[in-house]
Amino acid sequence: MKRVYIVFVLILVVAFLAFWIDRPTVKPLDLPKLRIYKELKIRQGLDLKGGVHLVYEGDFSKIAPKEREKAHQGLINVIERRVNNLGVAEPIIQKGQIGDKKTVIVELPGITDVEQAKKMIGQTAQLTFLERKSEQAEWTETGLTGAHLKRADVEINPQTGEPEVAIEFDAEGTKLFKDITQRNLQKPVAIKLDQDIISAPTVQTVIEEGKGVITGKFDIKEAKTLAINLNSGALPVPTKLIEQRNISATLGPESIKKSLIAGLLGIILIALFMTLFYKTPGFLAVVALAIYAGIVLALFKLIPVTLTLAGLAGFILSIGMAVDANILIFERMKEELRTGKTLGAAIEDGFKRAWSSIRDSNISSLITCLILIWLGSGLVRGFAVTLAIGILVSMFTAITVTRTFLRLAVGTRMEKFIKI
Amino acid sequence: MNFMGPKKKWWFIISGLVILPGILSLVFWGLRLGIDFKGGTILELKSKNEKVKTEEVKNALKPLNLPGLTIVSTGPSSFLLKTAPIEPQTVDKIKESLKEKYGQIEEIRYETVGPVVGQDLKRKAIWAVVLACVGIILYIAWAFRNIPKPYSSFKFGLCAIIALLHDVLVVLGTFSIVGHFLGYEVDAYFITALLTVLGFSVHDTIVVFDRIRENLKRLPGVNFETIANESVAQTLTRSINTSMTVLLTLLALFLLGGESTKPFVLALLIGVTTGTYSSIFNATPLLVVWQRRSKP
Repeated sequence: MKRVYIVFVLILVVAFLAFWIDRPTVKPLDLPKLRIYKELKIRQGLDLKGGVHLVYEGDFSKIAPKEREKAHQGLINVIERRVNNLGVAEPIIQKGQIGDKKTVIVELPGITDVEQAKKMIGQTAQLTFLERKSEQAEWTETGLTGAHLKRADVEINPQTGEPEVAIEFDAEGTKLFKDITQRNLQKPVAIKLDQDIISAPTVQTVIEEGKGVITGKFDIKEAKTLAINLNSGALPVPTKLIEQRNISATLGPESIKKSLIAGLLGIILIALFMTLFYKTPGFLAVVALAIYAGIVLALFKLIPVTLTLAGLAGFILSIGMAVDANILIFERMKEELRTGKTLGAAIEDGFKRAWSSIRDSNISSLITCLILIWLGSGLVRGFAVTLAIGILVSMFTAITVTRTFLRLAVGTRMEKFIKI
Repeated sequence: MNFMGPKKKWWFIISGLVILPGILSLVFWGLRLGIDFKGGTILELKSKNEKVKTEEVKNALKPLNLPGLTIVSTGPSSFLLKTAPIEPQTVDKIKESLKEKYGQIEEIRYETVGPVVGQDLKRKAIWAVVLACVGIILYIAWAFRNIPKPYSSFKFGLCAIIALLHDVLVVLGTFSIVGHFLGYEVDAYFITALLTVLGFSVHDTIVVFDRIRENLKRLPGVNFETIANESVAQTLTRSINTSMTVLLTLLALFLLGGESTKPFVLALLIGVTTGTYSSIFNATPLLVVWQRRSKP
């Protein structure tokens, strides 16, 4: 009998911890000695919070097949650096694959200026310096590119009042730049950004200190974007935007509130039904269900799971499956009681006999979830993750928690209240 | 109660009658695929001050020559444009041309999905269903491997999958009909709902099958039909009660939940109802018919 008390105390501890984490006012988990720092907030997905979902496809055709995986990661790194400059909270940048095409998924919650963001992310920012033999000749590459930059800054030209981008080369770039200016004294040198020549100033003197300015007809915003993109490096391959979804934030709070109210009502109905139909054990199952909801929410915060409307639906569905486990057990208990067993024996056998069907049905649901997590993207995956977490937790609460409560009651004065 | 007697052909007939209109609709009308699958652009705009007629919008946008343009009114001054996938620059042009006519234009919704993305989702959805089915058959065959001879655990798995396909067909058929008459389009959420129905259907079937497995071991020598009937009767209260609780939650979500989740919840409502029916009236009778046929 002692074991049951130990389990009971453990359940209380787990439940207490879960509800502690669930509190809206909970502080971030900060354990510097273990190098753990965790925000304990529910992460809201784009459909709840609003924002923009962008998918870029990279053109890797010019990269050797062996190098493509590396270039894909490189592309993500550059995009990540650029997005960090946007100052968006909790952006998501993910590697994606569509058929044999490599993509990058970017989610920017709560962003207001989508166009600016798109310019910043999508611009290749490949800077090249060109020279030509004579005025009639074609522009040819000098070998000096954006890769030789140390830094780029926005400056306002004191004479014209126009914004320009000041650049500083690294050691190799400085040397190249010096040679180029020497070769082309009194001749123009062109600065090409991606496909366009943005300026072609005439070299006045040999520049030895590796500094220069890019002028063009940009406004301050464009100059800033260019400076940031030059600093974060050019995209290693050309990219194309293939999917964009702007999700307005006004849709979010209203649907989340409605769905939460509906979910709450659903839970109340389930609680009423269980208590009326299965009396005290039913009520204990409802308590277990409350612990279940507490643990699942705590896990959402700890892992963390980004909650979307589909995820919310998955969570609510998993409540149904948690209740099913208890219904299976209680129906079985009733049958065992009818064969003339004592209450204690009926409880034990009810749980034992119902276990195989709970196990098999939940495992087949988990198989579906795993396939969805593996194959699905975005919202489908969010749904599968919440459902899978729900099923796993429900195996613990609907079985261990309810059984412990019932075992504690058997053999005490509480026993006469247990009718089913 | 006798579920497995001569009456059982009626269970199949009822299923057939429910599925048939859906199948016909699927064959003739198909599913109305949304931009998630087809690729395309959806743009919902709202004029700040004026009332908007779809005809006028159509005329104003004629010079842009938008591929596959349809315009639906979504309110007195708001409207939805749907086209094949278009470039962001074209979207700017659309807004500009409408600004000339209506003044301030507010963008409510903008989604564009490339055709490749849509193709990929379609492929993945089909794969997901096929893989889930295979995974479930294999798991059931394994979990039921200890049932006494001459019964085969693979038949249990296959019957569960047939019941599951029945449920998936009911949902697909219903949405094909709804799509044809009410214009509802199938999106990525729908796939999620379909896969949930699939999981729930198997969940339900396994509970009955688990009881058959237990009774086969407990009552050796009793004929299969009696055992199957007994097992369905024993699990009937549970089947009804569980479905009731799930349906209660779904109904609350359907009636009170957000507008955007409604089609999703409706698919689940239909799927859960037919899932309960099929595990009792399709999967088990099918197993009975099959076991009897293969008897030496």
